Amino acid sequence: MDTTSPDALQICEYCDTVYRRRTLARGEAAYCVRCQAVLERHHGLSVNAMLALVLTALIVFVQANVWPIVTLGLNGQYSSATLWGTIIQMWQQQAQVVSVLTAATLFFFPLLKMLSLGWLLWFSRQGRRAPGFVPIMVTLHYIGPWTMSEVFVLGALVAIVKAHVYFDVVADPGIYAYAALTVLITIFASVDLRKLWDLTPETPA
Amino acid sequence: MSALPRASGLGLISCHVCGLVCNAAADELDHGMACPRCGCALHRRKPASYTRTWALLIAAFIMYIPANLVPIMRTASLNDVDDNTILSGVVELWVKGSPDLAVIVFTASIVVPMLKFLVMGTLLVSSQRRTNWAQPERAKLFRLVELIGYWSMLDVFVVSLLTALVRFNLLSLVEPLPGVIFFGLTVVLTMLASMSFDPRLIWDGRDTND
Repeated sequence: MDTTSPDALQICEYCDTVYRRRTLARGEAAYCVRCQAVLERHHGLSVNAMLALVLTALIVFVQANVWPIVTLGLNGQYSSATLWGTIIQMWQQQAQVVSVLTAATLFFFPLLKMLSLGWLLWFSRQGRRAPGFVPIMVTLHYIGPWTMSEVFVLGALVAIVKAHVYFDVVADPGIYAYAALTVLITIFASVDLRKLWDLTPETPA
Repeated sequence: MSALPRASGLGLISCHVCGLVCNAAADELDHGMACPRCGCALHRRKPASYTRTWALLIAAFIMYIPANLVPIMRTASLNDVDDNTILSGVVELWVKGSPDLAVIVFTASIVVPMLKFLVMGTLLVSSQRRTNWAQPERAKLFRLVELIGYWSMLDVFVVSLLTALVRFNLLSLVEPLPGVIFFGLTVVLTMLASMSFDPRLIWDGRDTND
């Protein structure tokens, strides 16, 4: 420990085992010997590629929210719903808790995540830390587990199948946008956001 | 004693939030230290991990009982009113011809929450007894719970979407019932429980010296 600086070390967050940091080649991942958790995964995405992905996700997210998700038909009457229509409807039907949960996990947290990532990446393209870098990184850490767009896609699928028994179902652009968003989220899921700390040098405040 | 060095034995600490490795002597830590990089408080283990996890898990279990017994959704049409619980919703899906989706919903709404209670309970009891029993397996179970936990929100989103969609006045209406609120709270509380559990406690068995 006296011979190595803490920067050269890495600690498994699942079992507290200490390792020397290694440079990983493309496609490699480092696993903890004690508990088999992933210590670090190499990812080939450059800052530009990540920024492009975030911007794409943002555009798709707008589409997913603007367009109706599904339309139901019954005897010539039609009824469709957007995400915000769903949130408002739940509020009016005395399920405010669910309404708030849905708004947070499907709208506010994903949006906040994409905007702050976009902000951070935009500045790190120029090799700088964005204003508010530290609080934004801390916020990203805490909202990480609370974005649930991919669960909503499966939920929409189940709702469609349930409704299909009684109604005519038309899938609207919103559901396709959500499906695309899920793919983008999955690509991004392998990126360890903590890497951003090392990407840009610390500047004295 | 295993040959793998652990941070607590070397006077090192990794920040919970940003992962920075810091030098931390025991006496400094007692006075409260902040991570030099992100400013968050440094702890060897998550503070009061057992107490918090137990409290959240028990609260989740209390919510889980009405979540299953109280109906989550009402389907009303001209000639009948049909209240569905989580389980009857799964059965309906199976009977009406989508057994594959019924299996997915059953897994997300029933198997996953049950698994979370069982796994978190086992982890808490075994870690508090400082046993070295099945440590790698317990570590894997924890990561599994962390990974799949939030998929239980599936049924909450299904009810929300159906409520917004099925609005045909007298002909057909779907309304949420209190069960769905209890279920949503169960999912949130179990997620908070697994977040407040410190998986490093699994490895703090008898023969570690901290």
